[in-house]
Formats: sequence, C-alpha cells, structure tokens
Amino acid sequence: MPNVPTDLKYTREHEWAKQDGARVRVGITAYAQEQLGDVVFVELPKVGARVTAKKPFGVVESVKAVSDLFAPVSGEVVEVNADLPNKPETVNQDPYGRGWMIVIAPSNVGEWDTLLTAAQYEEFLAQGGH
Amino acid sequence: MDTPLKRTPLYDAHVKAGARMVPFGGWEMPVQYAGIVEEHRTVRSAVGLFDVSHMGEFEIAGPDALAVLQYLTTNDVAALQDGQVQYSVLCYPNGTIVDDLTVYRLGPDRFMLTVNAGNIDKDWAWVNQSTERGTKARWRNVSEETGLIAVQGPKAETLVGRVADRDVTKLGYYRFVRGTVRGVSTLVSRTGYTGEDGFELYVPAADTARLWAALLDLGRADGAAPIGLGARDTLRLEMKYALYGNDIDETTNALEAGLGWVVKPAKGDFIGRDALEKVRAEGVRRKLVGLEMVDKAVARHGYAVHKAGRPVGVVTSGSYGPSVDRYIAMAYVETALAAIGTALDVEVRGQAKAARVVRTPFYPSRVKKAG
Repeated sequence: MPNVPTDLKYTREHEWAKQDGARVRVGITAYAQEQLGDVVFVELPKVGARVTAKKPFGVVESVKAVSDLFAPVSGEVVEVNADLPNKPETVNQDPYGRGWMIVIAPSNVGEWDTLLTAAQYEEFLAQGGH
Repeated sequence: MDTPLKRTPLYDAHVKAGARMVPFGGWEMPVQYAGIVEEHRTVRSAVGLFDVSHMGEFEIAGPDALAVLQYLTTNDVAALQDGQVQYSVLCYPNGTIVDDLTVYRLGPDRFMLTVNAGNIDKDWAWVNQSTERGTKARWRNVSEETGLIAVQGPKAETLVGRVADRDVTKLGYYRFVRGTVRGVSTLVSRTGYTGEDGFELYVPAADTARLWAALLDLGRADGAAPIGLGARDTLRLEMKYALYGNDIDETTNALEAGLGWVVKPAKGDFIGRDALEKVRAEGVRRKLVGLEMVDKAVARHGYAVHKAGRPVGVVTSGSYGPSVDRYIAMAYVETALAAIGTALDVEVRGQAKAARVVRTPFYPSRVKKAG
C-alpha cells in the first residue's frame, strides 16, 4: 500500500493538503504519482490566482497521460513550487515533500473539514481509489 | 459487448514481473515494468527485451506469391533476395494506408508479412479479398502460432550472439537468418522499432516464454530488462517512426506520411499506384514533420497546429523524449510550412505554445547498416 501520512488530508482525486499555519499546502499523493508513472510536465497557476475547491488548478502530465490537478480548498494561491516545471520528476521522487505544488490562503475554512482523513483516504484506496 | 482482450504467450511472465498491463489494439499488454523513462534509457544504453508477440504474421506461398505481393504492397518485392526484409505499405486504391508492414522473403515463392496487432483481422480480410481467385498462391495466418521477442540496444548483438547457433554479428540491417536460439527454432531478424541495433526473434508460440526467461537471465550481465509499450512508443517517437493509428491510417496517404521511399511505381501496377502517382505529380498538400516544443508544453495526438492563429495542421504523436530531454512531436502541416526551422504553434488546452519544425530523427539512429 502506498504511503499515506497521517498528518495530511486528502481528496478523492488524490491530492494531499497540509495545514501550514493559516495556509494549505497542496500536492499529489504517493498513490497518484505511482499511477501516473514518470511525471514529465507540471503546469501550475501563478501566485495571486484564485482556485476553487474540487475544480482544476493545474495539470500534471506523465509520458502517457494528461491529468488535471484539483484544488482541495478554495482561496488564493500564495506560493508556487517554481522548481517543478524544470524538475517534474521531483513529484515522483518526493510527492509529500519537495514535490509540493502550491500553497493556498483559504477563503472558506469550513472546506477543510470536508476533506478525507488519512484513514478515510486509505479506505478509499482499498476500495480501488476511484 | 466488449470483446475479451487477447493475451500473448508471455502474459504470465509480465504479470509475475509486476508489469502494469493495459489494453492495446485488442491485447492485454505490459505498458511498463520499472518505469517508462528508465526502460527507455535501458534500451539506449544496454539492451531491452520487448514482447511483440501481439503482432500478426501472414505467410504466402506459391508460384504467384511474388505477383500477389507486388500488387498488394507499394515497395518492390522483386528486389528482395532470400534472407532479406523490406519495409512496405498496404494502400487503399486512393493511396491511404491499410497498414504498414515488413515483408520477409523466405524463399523464391514464399514470403512472410508482419503486420500491426490492431490490424490483423482487417489486413487478413484485405489480403484475401485482394488476391484474385484461382491465383496460384496460398495465404496462411500464422499469428497465433508465432511468438515475437524484440531484443534492442547496444548490447543486443552481444546477448543474441551468445545464445544463437548462427553468427549474428555478420547479419546486416533488414536481413534475417534461420537458426536456433537456446535450442528454440528461431527466425533471427536484424530489425527493430527503436533506432538502436537489435534483433526481432520469431519463435513458436509454445517456446516463447522459455526463450524470454533465458534471454532475461543470460542478459542480466549486459543490463537486460523487460521493456513495455510505453518506452517502445517514446523510443520510436525519437526516431520519427510512424505508428499506425497515430501517425498513419486510412485518412493519410503514404507520400504525405514521408513513406515515398517505399512507394515504387516503376515496378508495375499495385493498389493505390494511380492515386499516389497523381499525388506525386501534384505535390503533397501536407507533410508529416518533426516538431520540437519551444515553449514548455507537451503536444499530444489530435492537438491543433497553428501559424499566426490559422489552423495549419494536427499533431499525430507527442511526448517527452527521454534521450533528447525535450518535448517532441510529429505533426501533419501544410507543405509550405514543413521546412526545417519553421516556427509554428501547438494549441495546448486553448493556449498557443511555440514549436518549430526540426530535423529528424530527433535522436541519431544507431541501427546497423546493411551488410
């Protein structure tokens, strides 16, 4: 079973969300990067962009496939991982660490509670993950 | 209703090796084992083994076999000697493509055709329908009884040389020899789809798994590893080798696809000849070119190509090329815009991303030259 850190929350589209003070850091899970295979391209929004929960905020491409990235919570993008466009393989190597994608300043704190807990996400994966 | 997917003799070996299996052309095939990029590099730097048993093989034998093939295929089959292989195309009367294939001359009136897996049924119907009744030549579809293992990479000669009872080091590109490999009766062909030196080993289906295991085992010292269809695709893309269903199909003619080098009207009549002669005389309207992305973006099959906002073509294949470390693509573009260096745009998710026409292959071919 892929690694599912207990201090994160998750979406059914396989993003993770981490509370970072009042902000939320976002990436894709170990399961997601395994399913994608070699990540060769990452497209992220600019700092200042607005993102909406459950809506695409960017794109990740593996050799074979194009996948949307979904925002776990709504808000303003306050940080973007500038290393990823030049080193997309970081997403495979360290999905929960250096492979982070954006940091959001949430506009609706209530959305946090709608995300899956680690236990719920593990259960979701056990059922097939889709 | 879905037709159940077919499996090659190596299905169990792939599953056991932890391959990710996917549907491809009606077959359940390994798309990757260790990872596409790593497998791609294994083939460029050492040697990779590919299960291509899903491909189809037809044999034709009889006094009229040559005449039948001359009429069905675009290349000049009369130029083949025993032990030689030829790349060729089956065309419709309008010059578009039924399939691309290789033709093996097994004997003066005996040949084998290797066709794409997804086209076996269509091609089988086509070659039978297009062979006049009463012609003294008989077709045999030997796809099911034939396994096919491609051994590709700079160490391929070392590996195959160690296990074959024939001196394969003397075998030239697009030449073949019959022999035994680890005791398995094999047609050893110096061909491939990667741009590396290598071989394709045609073996009885029942012996394929045994030979596969032996090659992997014996090749370990050479860095041999199994390679999935994912890397097969990036390897062929770096060579700008056409893939049927992506770059060529029933809507593209052989000349615009850049396959004019296997269209030989001087040999006499063949299906598609008149149409292709007309295209040649008038000049092709579009050409299959190699594109390199200037902006960071991945061009994919079906994406539109623009010039100053005007649609001028379409991407047929595109990905990241691991050996060139660039985003590369193949696309049909208007002939006037096909020159090397031409600046174009690929529409990626509604945005114009800069690209330019580049020389191909994208990565230098290292196939062994004809000998």
